[in-house]
Amino acid sequence: MISVQQIHKKFGKLEVLKDFNLEFESGKSYALMGPNGSGKTTLIKIILGMVIPNAGDILVKGKSIKGSYSYRSDIGYMPQIGRYPDNIKIGQLFSMMQDMRPEIREYDMALATEFGLMDMLDKPMHTLSGGTRQKVSASLAFMFCPDILILDEPTAGLDPIAVEILKNKIIQEREKGKLILITSHILSELDELTNHAIYIHEGKIFFNDTTESLKDITGESKFTTAIARLMEWSLKKKQIKTELSHV
Amino acid sequence: MFKLLKYALYDIVKSRFALLYTLFMVLVAISIYQVSEDMSKVSLSLLNIMLMIVPLISAIFATTHFFNNLEFTELMLAQPVKRRDVFLSQVLAVMFVLSLAIVIGFGVPMILWGADSSVLILLGIGIGLSVVFAGLAFLASVLTRDKAKAIGISLSFWIYFSLVYDGFVLYLIYSLVDYPLEKPTLALVFLNPVDLGRIIMLMQLDISALMGYTGAFFQDFFGSAKGILLSSAVMFIWMILPVSAAMRVFKRKDF
Repeated sequence: MISVQQIHKKFGKLEVLKDFNLEFESGKSYALMGPNGSGKTTLIKIILGMVIPNAGDILVKGKSIKGSYSYRSDIGYMPQIGRYPDNIKIGQLFSMMQDMRPEIREYDMALATEFGLMDMLDKPMHTLSGGTRQKVSASLAFMFCPDILILDEPTAGLDPIAVEILKNKIIQEREKGKLILITSHILSELDELTNHAIYIHEGKIFFNDTTESLKDITGESKFTTAIARLMEWSLKKKQIKTELSHV
Repeated sequence: MFKLLKYALYDIVKSRFALLYTLFMVLVAISIYQVSEDMSKVSLSLLNIMLMIVPLISAIFATTHFFNNLEFTELMLAQPVKRRDVFLSQVLAVMFVLSLAIVIGFGVPMILWGADSSVLILLGIGIGLSVVFAGLAFLASVLTRDKAKAIGISLSFWIYFSLVYDGFVLYLIYSLVDYPLEKPTLALVFLNPVDLGRIIMLMQLDISALMGYTGAFFQDFFGSAKGILLSSAVMFIWMILPVSAAMRVFKRKDF
């Protein structure tokens, strides 16, 4: 459904992504992992059109995203930090987002209702706590029943009850056959929510397969330890490289 | 586009800044109207205050507004809307609120105590300068990733056009005093929106007689239909150019 082709991105001298190729298929849920600064967020931002790559192309539902903006109505995006205009009320924010997608008439307000946001539609955004803002972001991502969901650290800052609600919602949407892409540093969560692991290391794909085969390859029965093993390997590989370069 | 603009406007109008700025303008205008009965003196005093304050406030406000809304702009870019529309809605909302503050601030006392055409031109210059400096501020904002740096650049635009440039022009005139300087000074005036506003306004008043031969030449030029047309065209270019440059950068910017 999303096809990342030969993407190349530099920030100044720093090469963040090099000849990056990746396929995301619908019906699967992907865990996007990697150490800080490995290029996860950059990849997401390139898919969303917020960062423009130096070379390469991205196809969403078979169409190139270059110069296009309408493809984004198929994507629900929940940012890591949601900040909104101070003086706009929750209700106004919702109707503003709805205004931007005039072709969609039916809204999925289940998440907003469960989070209790429907009772505080009159509250201006600047009075909300960080967690409540996160709830607003989550509700917005799911509101339009998009075919693709991109969630950047979705549970950071949420209380345990809200985390459960959000997880159940993600699982529900996964069962409907949607493409879900999650980045997180909470591995247990990724184990529950995703069935496909992608590990990025220094702008390259180090691992890309199902979680079962990840466990097979690493010989670990638990997801968290399997990932830890993967991290060790990626670091070792780097060490070997530097040793060789000294020779 | 208009939907985005509607919400952007709503957000700024509701903010305390818009209210305070308008209130400040009203207070300035009222106090100056109280001091003098002579309309040309009133508009001259208003002009002097406006030429200092309006560019400064416009530059600072536009920059802080851009950076305060940065995360929200990012979220907008992830929605099915054009980049151009996201940018224009922010810029137009800022420009609209800045202009509205001047129109209300200077307009209310005018309705109360009367006005002549010179005060209307003053309003036009105020709006023009707000647009120019908001545009320059947005240009500074899209060129940097850092709020403090962007405010610094916006401030230096203000210092340059309000203070440094005049010093430079004076130095040039004094050192080349033996040559006919009318046309070069005219060209120099066009290169600075603040000076351009000042000269357009001064030529509407009678004091230009005090400015000697150059004043007479300016009076002749800015009084003629051709001069008015040309000077408004140049002001218009000043209003459009920074914003369109900022939009070009914004369209390719990484967020």
